[in-house]
Amino acid sequence: MRYAMAIDTRKCVGCSDCVVACQTENDVPLGFCRDWVKEVVDGTYPNVSIELRSERCNHCANSPCVRCCPTGASHFEDGGIVLVEHNKCIGCGACIESCPYEARYSHPDGYVDKCTFCIHRVRQGSDPACVSVCPTKCMYFGDLEDPNSKLVNVLKNRKYKSLAPEAGTKPQIFYLL
Amino acid sequence: MHTRRKFIKIGALGLGATALTTGAANWVVGAAGKPTKSSSNEPLGWRRVPTYCEVCFWKCAGWSYVTPEGKIQKIIGNDDDPQCNGRLCPRGTGGVGMYSDPDRLKTPLMRVTKNGEQTYREASWEEALDFIAGKMKEIAAKHGPESMALFNHGSPGKYFTHLLNAFGSNNVAAPSFAQCRGPRDTGFELTFGESVSSPEVTDIRDTRCLVLIGSHIGENMHNGQVQEMSEAIDKGAVIITVDPRLSTAASKSKFWLPIKPSTDLALLLAWIHVLIDDDLYNKQYVAQYAEGFNELKEHVRDFTPEWAYGITTIKPELIRHTAREMANAAPSVIIHPGRHTTWYGDDVQRSRAIAILNGILGAWGNRGGIFFKEGIKIPDFPRPEYPKPAWSWQDTLNGRYPFAKEAITNTIIEASIPKPGMEHLIKGWIVAGTNLVVSIPLKEQLMQAMQSLDLLVVVDTMPMEITGYADVVLPECTYLERYDDLRATAHREPTIALRMPAVQPMYQTKPAWWISKQIGERLGLGAYYNYKDFKEVLEWQLKQVGSSLEEMERIGLKKYPRKTPVYIESGAAYKFKTASGKIQLKSSELQAAGFDAMPVYTPHPQPEDGFYRLIYGRAPMHTFSRTANNRNLVALMPENSVWVNPQVAELWGLRKDQHVWLKNQSGVVSNFSVKVRITERIRWDSVYIVHGFGHHHKPLTYAFGRGVNDTELISRVATDPIMGGTGMRGNFVTFVKTEPKKEAKI
Repeated sequence: MRYAMAIDTRKCVGCSDCVVACQTENDVPLGFCRDWVKEVVDGTYPNVSIELRSERCNHCANSPCVRCCPTGASHFEDGGIVLVEHNKCIGCGACIESCPYEARYSHPDGYVDKCTFCIHRVRQGSDPACVSVCPTKCMYFGDLEDPNSKLVNVLKNRKYKSLAPEAGTKPQIFYLL
Repeated sequence: MHTRRKFIKIGALGLGATALTTGAANWVVGAAGKPTKSSSNEPLGWRRVPTYCEVCFWKCAGWSYVTPEGKIQKIIGNDDDPQCNGRLCPRGTGGVGMYSDPDRLKTPLMRVTKNGEQTYREASWEEALDFIAGKMKEIAAKHGPESMALFNHGSPGKYFTHLLNAFGSNNVAAPSFAQCRGPRDTGFELTFGESVSSPEVTDIRDTRCLVLIGSHIGENMHNGQVQEMSEAIDKGAVIITVDPRLSTAASKSKFWLPIKPSTDLALLLAWIHVLIDDDLYNKQYVAQYAEGFNELKEHVRDFTPEWAYGITTIKPELIRHTAREMANAAPSVIIHPGRHTTWYGDDVQRSRAIAILNGILGAWGNRGGIFFKEGIKIPDFPRPEYPKPAWSWQDTLNGRYPFAKEAITNTIIEASIPKPGMEHLIKGWIVAGTNLVVSIPLKEQLMQAMQSLDLLVVVDTMPMEITGYADVVLPECTYLERYDDLRATAHREPTIALRMPAVQPMYQTKPAWWISKQIGERLGLGAYYNYKDFKEVLEWQLKQVGSSLEEMERIGLKKYPRKTPVYIESGAAYKFKTASGKIQLKSSELQAAGFDAMPVYTPHPQPEDGFYRLIYGRAPMHTFSRTANNRNLVALMPENSVWVNPQVAELWGLRKDQHVWLKNQSGVVSNFSVKVRITERIRWDSVYIVHGFGHHHKPLTYAFGRGVNDTELISRVATDPIMGGTGMRGNFVTFVKTEPKKEAKI
């Protein structure tokens, strides 16, 4: 099992619903977020294009955050989901520095927090909150090892990229182009 | 007279500290309130309570999830609701921020003069309601009940409309007509006999070609449309977007036509020309359902793409190519009617051109075009007949705007300013759910009107700017704390949805139905409120449509089977709702009233050197000016910025994020400064800001002073002579780089 996500940049309108849904689902304190939307503008008027991307922890297969964590709080769960065990976390912030995606933040309660792929929902057979709220249905969550999954299907049929592949972290969020 | 109603900042009174908070915990509501394991993901003990959203007019049905401690943790869309399909937009998802906003109105307030200074004091409901009823009686005795008017938006409007109708007035206006969708509705009614209603009956889901003209779906987060546009993208529909700005929708489009602002009508006429001249229009459809085609053909003979190029800056080959794309897709094509269409004062004619295009392509009544809606009629709760007013808002028009089907906010405002020999004077206002100070252009007229009133009551959940002008401020509870009227939607499927309280109202806030009933009873109109509680009304209404409160509390949304066809069956006879039963390519109604029977392009004023056209629009995480203080949403977008083309920025030496003030052609300078966003997404002759920011009322502790309010810069309005829409895109701004007040001192 290998959980991953594909996000269709052709459909995303950048509304940030994923951000709000994550906040209310996971009780993320106001002023912080586990996911966010980036807009990249390219070209000169009128030959301009925009790419809108909902970004979050890439749940990398080769995760620098897990490697550098001194207490083992950052660890892999089933399906490759990278989690932070809050009780074990001492808030040193090494993982925040190591992440090429700036996906982690210091929670006011003293630990480091980030996207969990909504593991509590996934374990019950639901999609992560961001995926299930998205009005454009631009996100696909699933198991890369399940050949019948919608996720594998879109990745088979569409061009895609991942972010900062040069960092060698083997990110598991794919952006459909 | 002019100092009688001095603007009072509610927050200066420190009311927040003294107001009572009633705990929401352990409050059980009806059947749905029973602790349930409501879905697989929620912990045991959570309650799931049906609602429909009030953050915007789309009114998506959803569920409030309440923890055992009584906290509204989240709001999730109702899977069965075709308006949202279980997916609320960011505003709906963040709707809980309306409930938890620390700046909410908490108790009734009454204007008093203390030591020569006007201020508000807290009042009991009894006192505030007695005062209002007393004043309304005085107004009725002196001027007649018609002298009471209502401005409204959203759910509370219905209860106060009922109050005024029972009282004997139908002077009820909403900015949603003359400041928004009025021209579109009028243009489509004149052409097809009916408009596209709300939610719009555009079949985006199944279209092969979607044309957007200044309509930025995705930034205007009208949920169902956004969802359907995404589906259309998936299915490979051709999207054509006309916009001086690379909107989000434009960035998703196969064709973006970066038009010179104010010239849209020329492009539309050129498209009609190409479709007719190149024989691309839907001949069979036009022959069967439309009239006036030969006149139209003659009319557009000279409106060639080459003619339009000089006006719009859109290349002729692109105009031809996109017209062909539409024809290829026809009748599965939508030239989207838009929604906020009050731009340049000839907006009905532009909407007519859009309607005509849809007409000659055969879109109306065809799959992937515009479909027929069907809804469930919810009967009114039994009540006596309303008295017939001696005069109505139509009498405030004085022969102007013959095609206004709804009251025009500005003529009601005008009628509130006494003039010698005036017959129809308005002396009292109730303002419910609309922040007129920020939503209405022509500020001076508004201020003058408010100074002339004998009574101004504001009902709102938040201390919006308008509350500072009220005699009495009544705190309404939020949609998450009340029962409301049923949502009955006419669309592809008839549906009804229930809103019920997830928690008890906080502070001393009350639902609008209760406020209306209390005032009504004090006016001796008790017969119009023949129920104890609104649940009684809902129970009765639901019984009439074969449901019950118990059922609706459980399911939230009910669908009804459709009885009429969604489309015209191929080639079948169909009578449009126009006088002749045919689509009016040429409008004899307009002609008879002395207007152009077919749309004519008129050049509009262009900005002088150093000035840029002020274009305003929406961001997906905000609604009007009502969410700028919502803590769940402001994190996504705390303020607006002014979008400036890099060439313009270079000319002015503007840097990214630099603060500037905006000054319009009439010398009006923005209250606050705004950050510069330098972007290739905007034309060099325009600037763009998102509407709804720049609040100047300190009690909105978060929103105060963040960004710029576009309406304060809209001091020039081009009014549509056909229906009274206030065209607001004819204002030009320049940059002021140092704080204006400092400049004045030197």
